Amino acid sequence: MEAFNLKIFRYDPEKDAGPHWDTFRIPYREGMTVLEALLRVVEHDDPSLAMRYSCREAICGSCAMYISGWYRLACKTQVKDALEDGTVTVSPLPHLRVIKDLVVDMEPFWRNYERIKPYLIEDGPPPERERLQTPAERAQYAEMVDCILCGACYTSCPSGVNNEEYLGPHALLWAARFYFDSRDAGKDERLNRVANENGIFRCHTAFNCVETCPKHLNQTEAIQRLKAEAVKKALALRR
Amino acid sequence: MLSHDIVIVGGGLAGLRAAIAAHDAGIRDVVVVSQVTPVRAHSVAAAGGINGALGNAEGGRDDSWERHMYDTVKGSDFLADQDAVEVMVKEAVPVILEMEHWGCPFSRNPDGTIAQRPFGGAGFPRTAYAADKTGHALIHTMFQQAIKRQIKMYQEFMVLRLVVAEGEVRGIVALDILRGELVPIRARAVLFATGGAGKIYARSTNNLLNTGTGMAMAYEAGIPLKDMEFIQFHPTGLWGTNILMTEGARGEGGYLVNNQGERFMARYAPKAMELAPRDIVARSIQTEINEGRGFNADGPGGGYVHLDLRHLGRAKIMERLPEVREICLNFAGLDPVEQPIPVQPSQHYTMGGIDVNVNGESRVRGFYAAGECACVSVHGANRLGGNSLLDTIVFGKIAGKHMSEFVQSGGRSRDAAADEAALREAVRAVEARIRALEDAPGTENGGDIRQDLRETMFQKVGIFRDEATLAEAIRDIRRLKERYRNVKIRHTGKVFNLDLIQQYELGGMLEVAEVIAAGALARRESRGSHYRLDYRERDDANFLKHTLAFRTPEGPRLEYSPVTITRFQPEARRY
Repeated sequence: MEAFNLKIFRYDPEKDAGPHWDTFRIPYREGMTVLEALLRVVEHDDPSLAMRYSCREAICGSCAMYISGWYRLACKTQVKDALEDGTVTVSPLPHLRVIKDLVVDMEPFWRNYERIKPYLIEDGPPPERERLQTPAERAQYAEMVDCILCGACYTSCPSGVNNEEYLGPHALLWAARFYFDSRDAGKDERLNRVANENGIFRCHTAFNCVETCPKHLNQTEAIQRLKAEAVKKALALRR
Repeated sequence: MLSHDIVIVGGGLAGLRAAIAAHDAGIRDVVVVSQVTPVRAHSVAAAGGINGALGNAEGGRDDSWERHMYDTVKGSDFLADQDAVEVMVKEAVPVILEMEHWGCPFSRNPDGTIAQRPFGGAGFPRTAYAADKTGHALIHTMFQQAIKRQIKMYQEFMVLRLVVAEGEVRGIVALDILRGELVPIRARAVLFATGGAGKIYARSTNNLLNTGTGMAMAYEAGIPLKDMEFIQFHPTGLWGTNILMTEGARGEGGYLVNNQGERFMARYAPKAMELAPRDIVARSIQTEINEGRGFNADGPGGGYVHLDLRHLGRAKIMERLPEVREICLNFAGLDPVEQPIPVQPSQHYTMGGIDVNVNGESRVRGFYAAGECACVSVHGANRLGGNSLLDTIVFGKIAGKHMSEFVQSGGRSRDAAADEAALREAVRAVEARIRALEDAPGTENGGDIRQDLRETMFQKVGIFRDEATLAEAIRDIRRLKERYRNVKIRHTGKVFNLDLIQQYELGGMLEVAEVIAAGALARRESRGSHYRLDYRERDDANFLKHTLAFRTPEGPRLEYSPVTITRFQPEARRY
């Protein structure tokens, strides 16, 4: 392959009445990622293109986009894996306000993250040395801490469409991350925050989050584990 | 006009830790100004770990801050200021425990204590880690602590100018990226924690935003940059993309192998082998490649050697180095469980930076710096792996605390009218520069100049240097500065204007590059990462001193300052 088409969703609030698509012909290099192709557009073809990026190695979460029909990180996606009939199609994450081109307003995403109190809740002053935590205890939440807060799961979740009050898989994952950490003293409070119709009970186990997560996390499982905890607590209260 | 007690520029580990320290010391009006949401900062990409004499691991029980200090000073090739190193290593255990108390998910030993692995230059387990995603674990924890304290953040603001008048800091001028407005922010104290300058180099492990603009702004404001010629090349960047293959891979027992199937480090560091310090391992790899014992010697992308993890076994790779495996699968199409990894030395860290003391203070009253953009100096001529995360947190914390004392004790003069006048003038200067970029002829492409700069720096101010190539590099950089006058901002929209950001920051990159090359040309010795083919020995008689670069219209003016030596006299450095 010598070149491919890069079809990009465009919207500039300062001059466009509505969105449109632009297509650029990009010279291909073996190993080229979609992010590299987009940066090439900025440098050579159209400097007005807007997008977010930072680490270019799938660890910072900046460049989640909707690429050739799927939620992906542009930096992690090989052009050759996203080609459809010689074209890679890129648009912003759906269901969020578009600020410009591929840049969306992530405010609802971050607001929901903050709603779950995303920090360790301590009871009293810490010990002199580290709190002990065995590898088995760490394993209870170890996978969940790999979340990079990119927004792919949040914007793919059917329970969240048109409902900003729904916490979303990312926030619920982080709630579980702390709930299942042996060091956290906020279990009751955490459960109270998420065990409601805008939290874990709105999850319809559609598994979109699991399918879209570029870090291969299992948000659905985390949510189900929280549901089990909520049910156990409710049953204990009835006794 | 916006006004805050303390303005922190940069949302990585150093910046957030400084903001938290200032907040906890009673300054509620502290704000963080960051180009990206903090979890996107380059801190997130640190992989291998953070050093501290916890003494948790078998083989490391008798560790102490003194041993950590000796290793750091020796690793620095005796250029580090020993009083500063002592502060850092004494604070190491408390700050690691503090991060644990805040919820950082460190990997654990069977007894529940924080796990530690060996890193280069120590040779026994001193490096605490969270799998191979330690920076990710730390920055998320730090961000969470900032959220807990409700510290105000101006996110997606890029700082374009540091405002100094009459020897005192006045504030900053930032660009609100989403709105496209210039925002002057008055401050009683300002801290820069803007990270390194890796993207001045081709083949860098750094993120795409590390362009050294914080350093350039301080330099422009009259503050010297210190020891900039010391650029660290990480031995193991993934061939092609130069994504970091953490030193943890060698810490866990990975081998470096040449095209003869030989563990060649036996030739260069027979005792430490793969766990010699980074400068030595990087030079060894490059020597193997240059002498024909690498792979792909003349092919595109340059030569490489193999980092072989296969003997570690699948289970250990999955547990200790999952990110290394994931990156190899994604970006190189190979599985390190079954294949060796092609690696080449890649620019990784800027040892030098804004000249500050152990409290983070610069010579401008009220202006501080911490983290990779600063030079305290604790890394000297070569930083040991696991000491940069430590540096960010320790010196971020100390600087934040010191700033709060500075502000609470009255700080600098507080003439609001004078501050505002200085800020308004700075806004006009920034506007003039942007207008000049918009009005430029546009016969040059900024992207081409960036690419030429990066190649020049990698080829001519790289792992091996000499008089001729360094002089040539300076000529090249000056030519690029001339070409830069013809770069035009072609997109004039306000909202999220990447063209404006990229072309503006290119000016700063060229300045910083010139400082690196000038310092390297003047330092006629080899020390740590700075290796001169024409002066292969360390020369303590003439160069046991820090380089200070001051900006003048004709280019950098160099001065020197003494190295602080307290406990350890310089000795030959053998591993």
